[in-house]
Amino acid sequence: MNAVLALIALFTLAGAAAALALRNLIHSALLLIASWFGIAAFYLWAGAEFVAFAQVLVYVGAVSMVVLFAVLLTRRSRADLAPTPESRGRAFSGLFAGAAVAAVLGGTLLGSTLNLTPAGANAPPPRLTVRHLGELLMGPQAAAVLVVGVILTVALIGAVVIAAGGRETARREGP
Amino acid sequence: MTPLQGCLLFSTALFCVGLAGALSRSNMILVLLGIELMLNAANLNFIAFWRYLPSPEPAIGVIFAIFSIAVAAAELAVGLALVIAVYRHRRNVRLQDASLLKG
Repeated sequence: MNAVLALIALFTLAGAAAALALRNLIHSALLLIASWFGIAAFYLWAGAEFVAFAQVLVYVGAVSMVVLFAVLLTRRSRADLAPTPESRGRAFSGLFAGAAVAAVLGGTLLGSTLNLTPAGANAPPPRLTVRHLGELLMGPQAAAVLVVGVILTVALIGAVVIAAGGRETARREGP
Repeated sequence: MTPLQGCLLFSTALFCVGLAGALSRSNMILVLLGIELMLNAANLNFIAFWRYLPSPEPAIGVIFAIFSIAVAAAELAVGLALVIAVYRHRRNVRLQDASLLKG
């Protein structure tokens, strides 16, 4: 069981690290899709099938396409996909901050028992059917579903307005 | 190391990869993707705790993760629209060039 988790973690982390280190933006986006697949595999491993398929639908299906379109829309020429490398100080400070946070969080995690009983560590995953989930979402959590729907609608309309720009900018940039 | 600790270490590592990427890259799209990785790490924590800790309601972790995914998708859409808007004004997506609000 733990070997599978280690394999999934290695795959996901390698994909994410390579994606954020590479210079070519298209390669980064494609590697991140692999990394998101790894996260979906983790959800499957943990027994949360519904979240796994939501992850595949939202991230692998939709977000990756949006990211690829943004990459293609914000390049000036065919050779512009590989931006100039970062300055040494910026890269070093970012890596240092990441390593420091990793050290603090990792040390805390390994030094804590997490209030976990030995029986809990080997317990089977909670039994959860999609039917039960749907009844919860449409019953007690219906207000939250509505709020999320409103957030998504407003955010997407706002995104279209921001990205489309006013008529003024369109005219100024016209031929 | 218990399985829960393994899951949490995995999500910690993913969070820190995203943090390092978001801080060290100057391309806005890559910074957004780093933030997205950090949000994914938070979702991993929801599922890990749901899986290994007893809870009065067996579905609550999954519902948290689903809402979190929805909000993260909305955030990314707005973020990428902002990137495109900045690109239209500046012809560039480097963070250092978007310094219009700098005091």
